[in-house]
Amino acid sequence: MKCLVAGGNVKVLGKAVHSLSRIGDELYLEPLEDGLSLRTVNSSRSAYACFLFAPLFFQQYQAATPGQEALRCKILMKSFLAVFRSLATVEKTVERCCISLNGRNSRLVVQLHCRYGVRKTHNLSFQECESLQAVFDPALCSHVLRAPARVLGEAVQPFPPTLAEVTLGIGSGRRVILRSYQEDEADRTVKAMVTEMSIGEEDFQQLQAREGVAITFCLKEFRGLLTFAESANLSLSIHFDVPGRPAIFAIKDSLLDGHFVLATMSESDLRSPERHRLAPPLQADSTPHLDDFANDDIDSYMIAMETTADIEGSRAVPSMSFSPGHQPPSSPGPYSEDNDTEPSIEPGTPPPKKFRSLFFGSVLAPARSPPGPSPVLAEDSEGEG
Amino acid sequence: MKFRAKIVDTACLNHFTRVSNMIAKLAKTCTLRISPDKLNFILSDKVANGGVSMWCELEQENFFSEFQMEGVSAENNEIYLELTSENLSRALKTAQNARALKIKLTNKHFPCLTVSIELLSVSNSSRIVTHDIPVRVIPRKLWKDLREPTVPDADVSIYLPVLKTMKSIVEKMKNISNHLIIEANLNGELNLKIETELVCVTTHFKDLGNPPSASEDASQDRNPEQMAEVRIDIRRLLQFLAGQQVNPTKAVCNIVSNKIVHFDLLHEDVSLQYFIPAFS
Repeated sequence: MKCLVAGGNVKVLGKAVHSLSRIGDELYLEPLEDGLSLRTVNSSRSAYACFLFAPLFFQQYQAATPGQEALRCKILMKSFLAVFRSLATVEKTVERCCISLNGRNSRLVVQLHCRYGVRKTHNLSFQECESLQAVFDPALCSHVLRAPARVLGEAVQPFPPTLAEVTLGIGSGRRVILRSYQEDEADRTVKAMVTEMSIGEEDFQQLQAREGVAITFCLKEFRGLLTFAESANLSLSIHFDVPGRPAIFAIKDSLLDGHFVLATMSESDLRSPERHRLAPPLQADSTPHLDDFANDDIDSYMIAMETTADIEGSRAVPSMSFSPGHQPPSSPGPYSEDNDTEPSIEPGTPPPKKFRSLFFGSVLAPARSPPGPSPVLAEDSEGEG
Repeated sequence: MKFRAKIVDTACLNHFTRVSNMIAKLAKTCTLRISPDKLNFILSDKVANGGVSMWCELEQENFFSEFQMEGVSAENNEIYLELTSENLSRALKTAQNARALKIKLTNKHFPCLTVSIELLSVSNSSRIVTHDIPVRVIPRKLWKDLREPTVPDADVSIYLPVLKTMKSIVEKMKNISNHLIIEANLNGELNLKIETELVCVTTHFKDLGNPPSASEDASQDRNPEQMAEVRIDIRRLLQFLAGQQVNPTKAVCNIVSNKIVHFDLLHEDVSLQYFIPAFS
């Protein structure tokens, strides 16, 4: 792979990396025919982010050396971010950025051609890996709202930077409401301030959702995409469904598109007093989720999903394409779970348990079969060859 | 108990925001006292505060276009609420471009002061931000601890120098010593002193002027050169100075020798009294 980014696009690339760094610690780079894809997932697998830069974004773009298969790799986010650490400096001094994969040395070479003939070369070690794929389709979501990023930026402005989760919903009068979400406060002696922002329908370019629907997701992760969208002056769409199913945040322009897929809290997690404030409660036919997800063996779910992804033979297919038809998990062959390219969740980082279990829980909600493939987050199992 | 008030004037809103920012810097938790004519922000002297106390008073009609309150009872027509000061200043921060601001006492599973802000927006659509600030209603039996402090008979009263200057000096002194001696005389001289084993640093302010004293006898007997001093915890003084973002309209310092220093400030129409006891 070899690609060359020139001029103002270097800063755009840098901003995208900053945005992705809000989500995960590893960056998956995959050169595709459609363009260069940069992806990441968080440690609890409750958030996935992806930017796809079209070939036109680059001055030169070569996905793979002719005759060879494209190399997919993952690198430490920290290392790649370090190249673009100071966006102000990048804007002022960098003229061109050349990224190439040197398979022999296992090095990703990022070379910044700067003013005055200065050249900075970063040799980042990478690991070959399989494609980080998430199967999701915005078209499957019942609800969508779209607004200029600026409007959404103003909408989250009253919330403290430290706020973890926020609830987004449609209130009476078709007003879009954002509300700070607080964890169960039974044990807390000092209650926290609750902030709510209400925006009229007129501020949205598209609002396809009925009153009463609401989802709760991680604001900090959302801010990663929002900051990028604001700086690029793009519109941001939010596609969502019932609580518990992941929400898809998307931006797009002629040269790039970005998707952040974030888990949302399920109804069993949301406290009813909070929900009632927004509007009448959700319809009764929403799927009740099993209570024991938190105790379920996540690993066995992952095995089922990875097999599912593999059935589609989708290794070479860009992850954002929609795979039609619901794929029931088939019985997996002997599978070595310990994919050496996939790090196990570090014991030191406690993932927000409800998010993690829910993200996968929505896949296996047995009470109803979703009309299309359930949103799945899976890495192709290397063992299936 | 009921409380509803509204601010529509931008200047009043900004002023109220500045007051709340100041309170947030002076006290982490404070008591808001609501009475028919006034609002008070109170910090009572407790061991936890280091004995520091604060009394801030503003006339409600200088701020609010609408103001309705109903106290605990007819004879006790007041409301005392304890809240985290930062919550109020954070809530008001979003009111920078507000068309109107409403505050009311509500009960949303627990008592709250709800601040509701209607924002001006580029398009004609209205945007409304609501902040529910949790409060604790203080029962009547505890009101006696929250009364307006009596102004002590000061040995010396003096006008303060520019607070920003004082703050930058005290900030540097904080690195050298935990205690500071503040002393002044009736000749318009004020000194800030720190003493350690290795070094003594004194900053002298001159020609500050003394306000006319209330009791003439005491001041006439006193030698104008004689300093009245109090040794205080330097961090308390710094906290007080850090809260003064704008130089006040009037700033007086009253010293009761070896007992207490009392700062009496006036920010336009808002009065602030701050007491720092002598370090024992």
